[in-house]
Amino acid sequence: MTEYTLRGQVAIVGVAESALGKTPDRTVLSLQQEAALGALDDAGLALSDVDGLFVSGYQYAERPAVLTAEYLGIQPRYLESTNLGGSGFVAAVERAGAAIAAGLCETVLICYGSTQYSSRTRALGGRPPEWSYQFEVPHGPALPLSAYALAATRHMYLYGTTSEQLAEVAVAARQWAMRNPKALRRAPLTVDEVLASPLISSPLRGLDCCLVTDGGGAVVVTSAERARTLRRQPVYLLGSGIATTHEAITNMPELTETPARASGALAFARAGVRPHEVDVVEVYDSFTITVVLTLEDLGFCRTGEGGAFVSGGRIAPDGDFPLNTSGGGLSYTHPGMFGIFLLIEAVRQLRGDCGERQVANARTALCHGTGGQLSTAATVILGREA
Amino acid sequence: MSLPLPLPTIDPDTQPFWDGARRGALLIQRCRDCGRPQFFPRPRCVRCGGSIAWIEASGEGRVYSYTVVHRAPHESLVPLVPYVVALVDLAEGVRMMSRVRAADSGVVQIGAAVRVAFERVSDEVTLPLFEVVGP
Repeated sequence: MTEYTLRGQVAIVGVAESALGKTPDRTVLSLQQEAALGALDDAGLALSDVDGLFVSGYQYAERPAVLTAEYLGIQPRYLESTNLGGSGFVAAVERAGAAIAAGLCETVLICYGSTQYSSRTRALGGRPPEWSYQFEVPHGPALPLSAYALAATRHMYLYGTTSEQLAEVAVAARQWAMRNPKALRRAPLTVDEVLASPLISSPLRGLDCCLVTDGGGAVVVTSAERARTLRRQPVYLLGSGIATTHEAITNMPELTETPARASGALAFARAGVRPHEVDVVEVYDSFTITVVLTLEDLGFCRTGEGGAFVSGGRIAPDGDFPLNTSGGGLSYTHPGMFGIFLLIEAVRQLRGDCGERQVANARTALCHGTGGQLSTAATVILGREA
Repeated sequence: MSLPLPLPTIDPDTQPFWDGARRGALLIQRCRDCGRPQFFPRPRCVRCGGSIAWIEASGEGRVYSYTVVHRAPHESLVPLVPYVVALVDLAEGVRMMSRVRAADSGVVQIGAAVRVAFERVSDEVTLPLFEVVGP
């Protein structure tokens, strides 16, 4: 029997974004540096305090953490570049916690940057037609979008989920974004406008899809002991879980049963928290269907009821289930992978830093990242008290 | 029809599958020890580690899910939009992704009966596609 020993032992002590949106004059590494310095400043720490560096990314480096360490001018004793896709940064909190608890390092900087918008690297179907993808890419799926569309078709078939219900996810995200000065899309949005946007890969339409932007983010994790000596309210790690079921969508056992089931169950059990005890929820909204599947699999509603659950304004700013309070990947920002921004927003909510979009009395938050083609999942539960 | 599609990067594990497709045979694998059918191809059974045999599938299956692609991810596919990409459950118990040829994408529904058809796209590559043969 394995015993989880991280509960309350480590905390997030600093968060920051870099410039977001269109940054044609910036590099991946300069966005990372800006976010890293911002997060360290938020924590009241300096680069010289960093002895662990986690950088995940793709396309720009063979060894992202090593390249970033060189750029930042630091020589950390612990480096990680595991790439799980969009779940990677949530997973990194668990790994950073494990490294700190094992005494391998004390203060971990997790950072990410992407110039995906300006470098035009987001190509539908941009997966090389190799390994298991050699049986998919030649048939013309717009990946990753078509993989999520296949799951959406199946969910609609099994449970009667509708395009209107998916649109509610995008509309609620926009309503939160309208309360976030850093969000990139802040014009009002209606269900009818989502339904009028062009089909890309049915049943998903343009406005069911996350944004394509530039940007970066960073998070600083340290021991709970050290966190209590720093200037900001520590946000403690209470529980975490990581799971995978497949890489290519063809090999997903059931399209409506995501690895969030396993990662969520681990995180809740390890935290000793139940779904109804979570005050604010940040889940990866690569596509609207991702949110419906994830909420079901984390146990916030029953399987098949996700469409009804997200409807009627429940997940919007005045609803009773505060979800993706930054505006999410759908309306706030989405530079290739969104995971780091889930953490940033959850920390801000738990500190009470969110101004107009602040969730009252937020004491416990859940972040959930999804990577690949519903391939990987990572869940963390965070709290103000250890 | 011959289009410069993104062609598969064939490797030693998968060469027999593509060789089969070129001669009009849809090949999958079955474990010699436990009998489990397997796709995509690997030299050992993922359930028991046993050795595998290649078998020719019937080519009959049913649509597990599908999507109609309206924005082609590749220049060569633009003339085909909108086209249907489906996950097909073969009668033998394995799943594969395939384009489903249909004059009207509306006939492709979950559960629809489909049958393999082959489309040569280069000297080396013939793609197994599917056609709807019943509800």
